Amino acid sequence: MMASSYSAKDEDGHITVSGPGGGTLRNKKPENTAFKQQRLPAWQPILTAGTVLPAFFIIGLIFIPIGIGLYVTSNNIKEFEIDYTGDDTSSPCYNCAKNFSWNNTKSCTCTIPFQLDQPYESNVFMYYGLSNFYQNHRRYVKSRDDSQLNGNIDSLKKPSKECEPYASIDNKPIAPCGAIANSMFNDTLTLFYNDPNGTSVPIPLTSTGIAWWTDKHVKFRNPVGTNSNLTAVFQGTVKPVNWHRPVYELDTDPENNGFINEDFIVWMRTAALPTFRKLYRIIQKKNTMAPTLPRGNYTLVVDYNYPVRSFEGRKRMILSTISWMGGKNPFLGIAYITVGSVCFFLGVVLLVIHHKYGNRNNSANISN
Amino acid sequence: MCPEAAEEPSVFKSRVGLFWLKKTETMQDEKVDGDYGLIINGHSLAFALEKNLRLELLRTACMCQTVICCRVTPLQKAQVVQLVKKYKQAVTLAIGDGANDVSMIKVAHIGVGISGQEGMQAVLSSDFSFAQFRYLQRLLLVHGRWSYIRMCKFLGYFFYKNFTFTLVQFWYAFFCGFSAQTVYEDWFITFYNMVYTALPVLGMCLFDQDVNDRWSLYHPQLYAPGQKNQYFNKKAFVNCVMHSCYSSLILFFIPWASMHDTVRDDGKEIADYQSFALLAQTCLLIVVYTQLCLDTYYWTAVNHFFVWGSMVAYFSITLTMCSNGMFYMFTSSFPFIGTTRNSLNQPNVWLTIFLTFLLCILPVVAFRFIFIQLRPTINDKVRYKMRTEELPVPAPRRLRRRHSTRSGYAFSHSQGYGDLVTSRKFLMKRSTKRAPLFTQTDSSIFQNQPQHYRTIAEEAEESQGHSP
Repeated sequence: MMASSYSAKDEDGHITVSGPGGGTLRNKKPENTAFKQQRLPAWQPILTAGTVLPAFFIIGLIFIPIGIGLYVTSNNIKEFEIDYTGDDTSSPCYNCAKNFSWNNTKSCTCTIPFQLDQPYESNVFMYYGLSNFYQNHRRYVKSRDDSQLNGNIDSLKKPSKECEPYASIDNKPIAPCGAIANSMFNDTLTLFYNDPNGTSVPIPLTSTGIAWWTDKHVKFRNPVGTNSNLTAVFQGTVKPVNWHRPVYELDTDPENNGFINEDFIVWMRTAALPTFRKLYRIIQKKNTMAPTLPRGNYTLVVDYNYPVRSFEGRKRMILSTISWMGGKNPFLGIAYITVGSVCFFLGVVLLVIHHKYGNRNNSANISN
Repeated sequence: MCPEAAEEPSVFKSRVGLFWLKKTETMQDEKVDGDYGLIINGHSLAFALEKNLRLELLRTACMCQTVICCRVTPLQKAQVVQLVKKYKQAVTLAIGDGANDVSMIKVAHIGVGISGQEGMQAVLSSDFSFAQFRYLQRLLLVHGRWSYIRMCKFLGYFFYKNFTFTLVQFWYAFFCGFSAQTVYEDWFITFYNMVYTALPVLGMCLFDQDVNDRWSLYHPQLYAPGQKNQYFNKKAFVNCVMHSCYSSLILFFIPWASMHDTVRDDGKEIADYQSFALLAQTCLLIVVYTQLCLDTYYWTAVNHFFVWGSMVAYFSITLTMCSNGMFYMFTSSFPFIGTTRNSLNQPNVWLTIFLTFLLCILPVVAFRFIFIQLRPTINDKVRYKMRTEELPVPAPRRLRRRHSTRSGYAFSHSQGYGDLVTSRKFLMKRSTKRAPLFTQTDSSIFQNQPQHYRTIAEEAEESQGHSP
């Protein structure tokens, strides 16, 4: 079957249609614009020796000083760590760890003496660290109710299903619900300085200012009731199973009580890795003359409430100073130094290769 | 042509395909000394395409520079193409302008129709169509080549970005108790392929050109990698997977080591799940964007807009999702409140991002540079040449002044081959005895007399005959 229309195509693709209304020109060619003909102006970079080699050298030269700076900064941070899990018979907390039971009314106390060889200047931060504790387990991470923690009354009375099975006991809602809140760290750590006279001086520990500002003021809110008494507001709820005290008795300070208790907030910010540390207290610098923690003998008194032996976890207390790059972590410094040197070396190697074989790119070699 | 060649054409069986599932028979090429051509007409081709002779035809034809089959029926055109397709494992292209070319166009891998004198039949059944035969050169050497390069870059990049994304989650599994906790935020996972990395890849696939169109026509050897399937094959895929493995190891373990047991510069937490997720996803996106920037050879304004716009979109969307307002409105959907404010102002976070980015990108740059220096491909050489030399002048066109108002017509000097076509018997039965085709020994063309034909049929049908 041949096409029966009388449309004729000439060289350029213009189709002339002759009809009753006179001839019209129908152009089937695509438009001759730069966009449609793929002629847009463009930048066409290629990897030449003039760009790659200086880049490698510059990166090498920048990274090495940065790495050295990071490493020196990290080395200047003073850190002291005590593992007080108590799995070893020689450890002071061995008895507490061995005799732990969930029905203990009286908390077990252990005392660990230690010694600081160097004075700690400026603010000293006291952390508790846990190991082999998977706060990043999927079921654990979603076991919380952010609406309830934000002070929503409906969520307070009816926690979300994500909190199951820690959402209610005997039809009474748990406040705060969920596995994260239920497993809150409840050891109490106190520090004493044994001055040369032999007296034990308690070191003042600040318990506020340890959580993120956005957490304390935006994310976590106490529910608001008709009166400002927290006990009344939380009427009708029960405390989580593993807690010793209900949430409205976490602290005597009303700014640090209830859901906005900073220890609670710090715990609820789940860690990414199974070995982590969380800020517990801050030791403020008292006056500019004396170091915050002078050199000498100290005592750590632990109220051992938190069981970790069942999952082979470990507990530790860390005292650390802080710098502009955070805590003590030599990794970044070493990594930068290594990468900088490898980069520089690679730059030299590429320079040699370019010098010897670079003329293979000569256009005379293109066989036509 | 080839005196030392074997008597029979050699065909070997093999398995090809992704998992070597497809069985094929391939005829091997043979060496030939000299340039030859083959001309065969329809009647001879009818014999040559029979089962016992067609391999010999193919072997001979492949030893020639050019083969001309004239006076062939449409079915024979299709059969010749089919023969090459089956036994040579080659990609075939058929171009034609008339209705008799339709079967050939349909059989070939790529069918090209010319719209014009003979009507629109060829165009309607073809994959590509244009107005003049000479546009075939542009179709292949410019557009076909660009299309192949774009597809291969797209596939390689797509596999790379998704494998990297997924393998980081795999490494995290070792550290989260194999509980399938995602290392990235849920919204990031939703938006990654749809919003953050969609437009830049689209820009690269639509606009990328490695070599200008005039240079493509000037150096037809640039077409060879497409014929040899060099840019995306099993080896390229394995390279892509290994590259992703390496990138994912860097993208997980550098943030892991840098955030391990670390705190912020005011002592507060930085190693929490949300900050780690934010760090990991920012590192991933920056590395993936930079890889795209290295793969894009032709940066138009649209490409710039897509790439930088997507990066800005990522930061603005993330900042919005971590803002107070969204948290108040949809509390359970946006639990990452405050994370950007508290982690992205830390110097060690940005130092980690910078280190990850360089560790992923510098090996790629070094490898590419080394290959360009030691083993430059023809593409590299032409791209270097493009920078320094002027564009070649296009060959002058010979203008033809042929205008015609007719669409199509057909006429015939002689009877034509209707019987040949309608016999339906040839090539399906082996005819043991054949009647002689020509009753006259001299060519009729000289004597200006019509030819007498007999069909290639059984003797039983001789009686049907036909009048001249």
